[in-house]
Order: sequence, then C-alpha cells, then structure tokens
Amino acid sequence: MSDITDLGVAALRDGIRTSKFSAREVADAFIVKVSRAKALNAFIVETPEHAIAAATAADEAVAKGETLKPLAGVPLGMKDLFCTKGVQTTAASHILEGFKPVYESTVSQKLWDAGAGMLGKLNLDQFAMGSSNETSYFGNVISPWRRGGGDNAPLAPGGSSGGSSAAISARLVPGATGTDTGGSIRQPAAFTGISGIKPTYGRCSRWGVVAFASSLDQAGPMARDVKDCAILLENMAGFDAKDSTSLNLPVPKWEELLSGDLRGKKIGIPKEYRLDGTPAEILALWDRGIEWVKDAGAEIVEVSLPHTKYALPAYYIIAPAEASSNLARYDGVRYGLRELAEGQNLQGMYAATRAAGFGEEVKRRILIGTYVLSAGFYDAYFTQASKVRTLIARDFENAFAVCDLLLTPTAPSAAFALGDKSADPLAMYLNDVFTVPSSLAGLPAMSVPGGLDAGGLPLGLQIIGRPLDEQGVLNAGLAIEQRAGFTARPEQWW
Amino acid sequence: MSVDTATVKKVASLARIAISDADAERLAPELNNILGWIEQLGEVDTSSVEPMTAVIPNSLRLREDVVTEGAQRDAVLQNAPQGEHGFFTVPKVVE
Repeated sequence: MSDITDLGVAALRDGIRTSKFSAREVADAFIVKVSRAKALNAFIVETPEHAIAAATAADEAVAKGETLKPLAGVPLGMKDLFCTKGVQTTAASHILEGFKPVYESTVSQKLWDAGAGMLGKLNLDQFAMGSSNETSYFGNVISPWRRGGGDNAPLAPGGSSGGSSAAISARLVPGATGTDTGGSIRQPAAFTGISGIKPTYGRCSRWGVVAFASSLDQAGPMARDVKDCAILLENMAGFDAKDSTSLNLPVPKWEELLSGDLRGKKIGIPKEYRLDGTPAEILALWDRGIEWVKDAGAEIVEVSLPHTKYALPAYYIIAPAEASSNLARYDGVRYGLRELAEGQNLQGMYAATRAAGFGEEVKRRILIGTYVLSAGFYDAYFTQASKVRTLIARDFENAFAVCDLLLTPTAPSAAFALGDKSADPLAMYLNDVFTVPSSLAGLPAMSVPGGLDAGGLPLGLQIIGRPLDEQGVLNAGLAIEQRAGFTARPEQWW
Repeated sequence: MSVDTATVKKVASLARIAISDADAERLAPELNNILGWIEQLGEVDTSSVEPMTAVIPNSLRLREDVVTEGAQRDAVLQNAPQGEHGFFTVPKVVE
C-alpha cells in the first residue's frame, strides 16, 4: 500500500478491523497531511489529540478481541457548524470566535459513539451563508483543484461546506460532515469531485448545529464515494428527542442494501432544468448520466417541475427570514463577542456587537430577512414565498407519481475562481439553481462526480429522491459512480 | 418597490446592527437589486394555495412537564462575555 491516506472510510474501517494497519497509523498519517496543508485553509482548528484518542481506543479494542464499533478508529473532519464540547465552534464568524460549547451536537456525538475520531473543525462560509467559501472570518478556503494549462488562479471549493469538500478531495480526511440548506453539501461536492448526500429533512438531528434556516438545514456526509457516504449517513442519522423536527423512524441499513442495479426504476428528467445559458459541457454530462442510468437498467421519463424558476427567489426570502430570527441570539450577552463602548447603553451594545461580529454577507441576509418580515411586507414576501414553496413541493409530488428518482446536473458551472462572483451577490445566489428546489421540498438529494470539463475541473450529477428514499438516491449514485469511472484527483501543490 | 437609505437604516435598526451612512448608501442598491429579483414571485397565482409550514408532515411532540437537564448554571454562564455572581451582566438599563 502506497499511502494510507489514499483510502476511504470503508477501506480504513475494514483495514483496522482486520489488523492490516493500526488505527494509530491511520490517525498519524492523516494528522501529518492536515498539518502540511495550511495553504488550503480548510481547517479552523486542528484536533490531533481527538483523533489519537479515538485511534487508541480502537487499537485497544482490537487487541482485546472486542467487537469493534462501526467507525472504530476512522478519523473525520467536522464542519465548524457542529458544536463540539470543549472545542472552539465558530460557524466561521468573528461573533463566535473563542466559543467553546459545553455540549456536543447530536450528529457529532453519534459519530464519536460509533468510534470515529476528529481531525479538526473545518472552515465554511460564515454561518453557512455562501456558495464559494469567501465569507469566512478565517479567510477563504482554496480548492485543491486548479484549471489545467498553467492557470494557477485559486478556485472556489464550493460552499458552504467548502472546508469539508477541499479536505476530502485533497485527501486530508477520508470523510467529513457537511450541512445543506440550499445545496451546501452538493455544490461543493460537485466542485471538488467528491460525493455528498443531503438526507430527507428530519433524518439527522439539528440539535447542536448552529442554525441558519431551520426549516431547511439538514446535516449529511461528504466522502470520496457513494458507499462511504452510506456508511457515514447511517452513523449520523436517527431520532433525537432534542430536535422537534427529528423524524422518529429507524435508520435503514443503507450500506448493506447498496446496489447499482436500477432495473425497474423510472428516472425523471425535469425539462425546466435545461436552462438557457447552461454550458454545453454541463448538458453533455447530463446526457452521459442519462445513458449511464439507462445502462444500469432504469427507464427514462421526461417530467415537468413548472415552478422551478421560482425556487431561488422563494429560497432567498425564506432562508434570510429564518436566519434573521435565528441569528437574533448573537447579542453580546450570553456567548461570543461583546462590543461595548464607554457609556453605551444596552441597545448600543447589541448594535455594535452585531456590526463588528457579522460579516458582510451575513449582515446582507439579516437585513433582507428583517425587511421581508417587517410590518406591511410580511404577506407580500414571506407568505407568498411559503405558498410558492407549497407549489414547488407539489411539483415534485406530481413528478414522483410517474418516476422514482430525478437526475439533474448539480451546479450550472464547474468551480469558478475566487473573487469572480463575490462582487455580485445575485450572480452567486444563481449558482444554487439546481440544488435549492429539492431543499425547499425537504427531499433527499446527492451529488456524485460525473466527469471533468475542458479545463480539467470536476462536474457533478445530482440525484433527487422521494422523501425517505435515501436508498434509491444512493443506489442511483452508485450506478453512476460505477459507470463514470471518475478517478481524477487534484495534483498536489500545497 | 425601492429601498432608500432611510429604509436601510430603519431595517438595520430593527435588526440591531449598527451601520454608517456610507454602509447604508452601499447597501441600498444591493438590497434593491436582490429585492427586485425576488419580486418575480408576485407572478405566481397562489390564491388557492396554503403556505407551507412543514416540509415533512410532522406533528409537534409533547413531553412530560419536568426538568430534564437542570442545575447547570456554571455551564450556561461559561461562555458569557461578562458574568458576575451567577448572572449575565449587561450595561445599566434603568437609571
């Protein structure tokens, strides 16, 4: 074996189980990789001691001949949106700098209970608001990928889970957590040539995850392949009484039931996703994806999602509205930053703290949210958006009456250069055009790498499923993965 | 509808975010651009549609009305920027 860090979650888990290598060797190899990759800025905090402790526990269990936990000794990256007990959790913001939660998020706790270790807290767009990782207080994450032909312009790793996507594609971690509000797992996965799944809303507990837009936020795994995503998701999902929207359902055996055989499945191609101006390469990849799922036995049907065009504007009312309410808790009183000038009153302290603590994009969204919820505009904006959301969900229901899954591109472009869209918030928002509709409907959706564009950058295909049909989504993802034969990886320059 | 700098300042004050005049000048066109784009939602006929309240039908669970994780004053205060005598402290509110 050339390098232990070339292995994914399943291979590491199995190798530790069969004593091919020790968990400590695994942890040490990844810790070294992380420590040498500062140029990517993927980590806000490194936690080698946490990974080593989990590895030691795994090796002791192997030595004693005990039954190993499902993820014993597998080190992971944790998006810095998950509260981790005693380890700084910032949501990439200044306002939470230095915040050390006294509790553990349910998702991270489940992963530690399964025997996983933590290599560190991964950078992200501030409060998960962004599609490029340019809004972090701790600096941009740089994608490990570069365009070919000597073009060394730093590229966006996607957002908001860009630290996660960069760390996985650079082989700094075998897998990581992400969160997806409007595409924040899928778009970064597509940009960096990895896989990621957003499960059905309510599958993973939101407890202890820094809230952005509560009716949309959902945690999920990101990893190098579909099987690794299935394994991680099994160990993240499950009922949690602490989250009122958590679904009280058993967690299926997604890994065991994984199959790339799509015979008997009908896969819908939504015609409204053929947008004007979509690059030919994206459309060509989509066509290849259609051929791959046909080859796996699926039947293709054309479907219509007539309200697709209205998903993004509805999202940019609902998400900021919920964010403006969720982020009201950052007031300089209970945790985080406090800005208090001599002689300033309470109102002045709130305003100064929030002005200093939030980044520009976060402020922009809080202001939009406050505006659309304010007296006189609530019905015109928020109620109308919530009604359009009903129509978008109904479109999907109608489509799923004639098909089992939907296949679309993940993003309308390959990774763009950092700075390319940061001056135009609207252009940035449009990057989420294919991921937002399924988020609004709470559906499970996954991105898998499909190929490379002419510049050598990864492109992703998205599979959307019925509520609770993660298995169908993962299976179609596997069928595509098996046929795409995607093995490209970034050349190491960091 | 058009957002002017006075509206931006009012909204910022509702959101408890201090902004300078220069910030308001810069933000007004940005917000107008985004809100203008959002207004296309008005085209959709929603007269017979109920607003969505939950993506996955799910009724609110109730639990026993008992303390679950109480008596954690020190933990609760641990991250406070300023705390004294077991309380969060803030600037004087009442003269």
